[in-house]
Amino acid sequence: MSNPPRIAVQIQDRKPSDWSPILMSVWGDVMEDPATWAQAAEDLGVDLLLLHLSLTNAEGNHTTAEEARGVVRKVLDATGLPLMVFGPGQIEKDIELLVAVAEEAAGERIVLGVCDDKNYKTIVAAALAHGHLVNARTAMDVNLAKQLNILISDVGLSLDRVLMDPTTAALGYGVEYGYSAMERLRLAALQGDSMTQQPMLVTPGEEAWRMKEAKVGKDVPDAWGDWEERSVTWETLTATTLIHSGADIVALRHPESVRRIKEMINRLWKKEE
Amino acid sequence: MALTGLEIYKLLPKTNCKDCAFPTCLAFAMKLAAKQAELAACPHVSEEAKAALESAAAPPIRLITMGDDEHKIEVGNETELHRHNKTFFHMPGLLVRVNDTQPLAEVQELVRQIDGYSVDYVGMVLNLDGIAVEGTSGDPATFAEYVKAVRAKTRRPLILMGDDADVMKAGLAEVNGTTPLIYAAKPDNWEAMADLAKEHKAPLAVYSEGLEALVNLVKEVKEAGVEDIVLDPGVRDFHDSLSTLTQIRRLALDAKPDRLLGYPVIAFPGEATESVAEESMLASQHIAKYAGFIVLDHFEPAVAYALLALRQNIYTDPRQPVQVTPGIYEINEPGADDQLMITTNFSITYFSVANEVEGTGMPAWLLVADTEGLSVLTGWAAGKFDADKIATTVKSTSIADKINHKKLTIPGAVSVLSGELEDELSGWEILVGPREAVDIPAYMKVWQE
Repeated sequence: MSNPPRIAVQIQDRKPSDWSPILMSVWGDVMEDPATWAQAAEDLGVDLLLLHLSLTNAEGNHTTAEEARGVVRKVLDATGLPLMVFGPGQIEKDIELLVAVAEEAAGERIVLGVCDDKNYKTIVAAALAHGHLVNARTAMDVNLAKQLNILISDVGLSLDRVLMDPTTAALGYGVEYGYSAMERLRLAALQGDSMTQQPMLVTPGEEAWRMKEAKVGKDVPDAWGDWEERSVTWETLTATTLIHSGADIVALRHPESVRRIKEMINRLWKKEE
Repeated sequence: MALTGLEIYKLLPKTNCKDCAFPTCLAFAMKLAAKQAELAACPHVSEEAKAALESAAAPPIRLITMGDDEHKIEVGNETELHRHNKTFFHMPGLLVRVNDTQPLAEVQELVRQIDGYSVDYVGMVLNLDGIAVEGTSGDPATFAEYVKAVRAKTRRPLILMGDDADVMKAGLAEVNGTTPLIYAAKPDNWEAMADLAKEHKAPLAVYSEGLEALVNLVKEVKEAGVEDIVLDPGVRDFHDSLSTLTQIRRLALDAKPDRLLGYPVIAFPGEATESVAEESMLASQHIAKYAGFIVLDHFEPAVAYALLALRQNIYTDPRQPVQVTPGIYEINEPGADDQLMITTNFSITYFSVANEVEGTGMPAWLLVADTEGLSVLTGWAAGKFDADKIATTVKSTSIADKINHKKLTIPGAVSVLSGELEDELSGWEILVGPREAVDIPAYMKVWQE
């Protein structure tokens, strides 16, 4: 196994309004500016960045294509790390913003996401036009993942420009579904199925930090233990479990999780460097 | 692992006497291989053949039981390398180690906390399984005192750890009726440890570095009459644990299995790691990748909760749709004016919805219909989540008494039901929510306004 899993840090185009207070305080002021945030993430020694575009801007209006371009340009200028850009998760808005972003980042070979069975034609066209990759997301199912890869390759994108994202669920909230889908995908790949041989990207940070265990610090059972330790453990154990089922890129949120997972990966791969 | 028909045939008398009611020995062998006949039907089979066939029919990984009826750890009987092929059967025991060189009062307090630790997870109460007591002092009387003190604080299963048979013997005298696991028989003490295991009818861990040495030692221990064995291949870190435990599981399940590796494995994630954080990650590897016993060196509630939940997840049977109990779920402490939604009791559906609602911080009532574990669309297609079922769920629960309004939000995927529902639930207003759980927060914000 020559290529160890890589770590991405997830940042946003603007200060998030719904993230756990723990994340807000650990990142602090750098969240005010995506370029500063990107540099802070790079300082952690991560391998790549996952930039999430928000649905709305700070004034509460829909994020415009121009704004998305501006943020992506700033982040590209601020760091030398490979970049992945995800849209806000609403089909029309994703298409509008990602198409603009693809053009802005022409030649940078970024990853555009999320690319799914509804938007893939447009996203793939944007990737093709400007030399990017796509993140192909499906819902925890081998056949769906395979099918989307076939659709993507049918519209002309070479399969070495596709990441598979079989969808992650957090520890305690269905992580086993993603775990088994990934094991099955990896086994199929090893048996020679070229439509399952793409590296897998998962987002344990986003999933774990949406959960009550990570988000809520008061009025929870004593047995849940220390809030910050629990949150970071939730994120790191979700990521560790997914790495053991074949994840190639894990997107994380907390700097301490990045340090822990980095150390874990070093130890897991130690003898094959 | 099962023998093929031809392999069985070689063990039979090959006389074609027909006493088994099959025309030939080969035909009988084929039926045996297909498990459509019993070996007992052949009156002439030799004792050796019988033993060989019985051992071939035994589970590839032996079931090991410790503790008593109230607090039991049962591990082994696994048949799969990957849970998606069938399921994993027996969750690994999660225990915490204490040492007889720690202050006694500290050990007693720690054991009290571990014994009392319980956390609620999707309606289940999860606990840690027991305590490993290690006799580092090397003094029989001290070890006995600690075992006794630990036993006084918990009835959960114990692992007694030590290299010296005299120390072990002293500890075993204090376990007070329940079966402990003895850790460990090593190349230089195995005979005495095997004797103790037989005397106490206790399972015995066998330690040796390297699989070949381990297999040889297991063979000796087995020949000395110990049946219940637990393996410790001596690997500790992330890399070696993953490769060695995977190798053991593979060899045990192989078409020509290594019977001497057909036992659960014990792991100590604290030994090769420097913090509770690293230990927790290695323990999570052990949960997914093939440990039967996991002995932690830290008790940290936040980590215990995460590991217990992970263990539950990995050992969920993928063949069964996982269900939550139907009924009324209160999210973020709703009051009488807060909104009401309905979904199905397929666990992923339920958790997707509940998590989104919970994530908003906004209070809501969530009604969960009994769709026998089907998701919204599948449930609707199968007639398990139709207007009738939704109406029945509303009427059969006390939800109407808990709220001041009569507005029910149904999933967007079954919007077609709204008209029919308003007929069945007279006086109710049926609202159509989003198709996807991820859009629930936006929907709830609008509702709130």
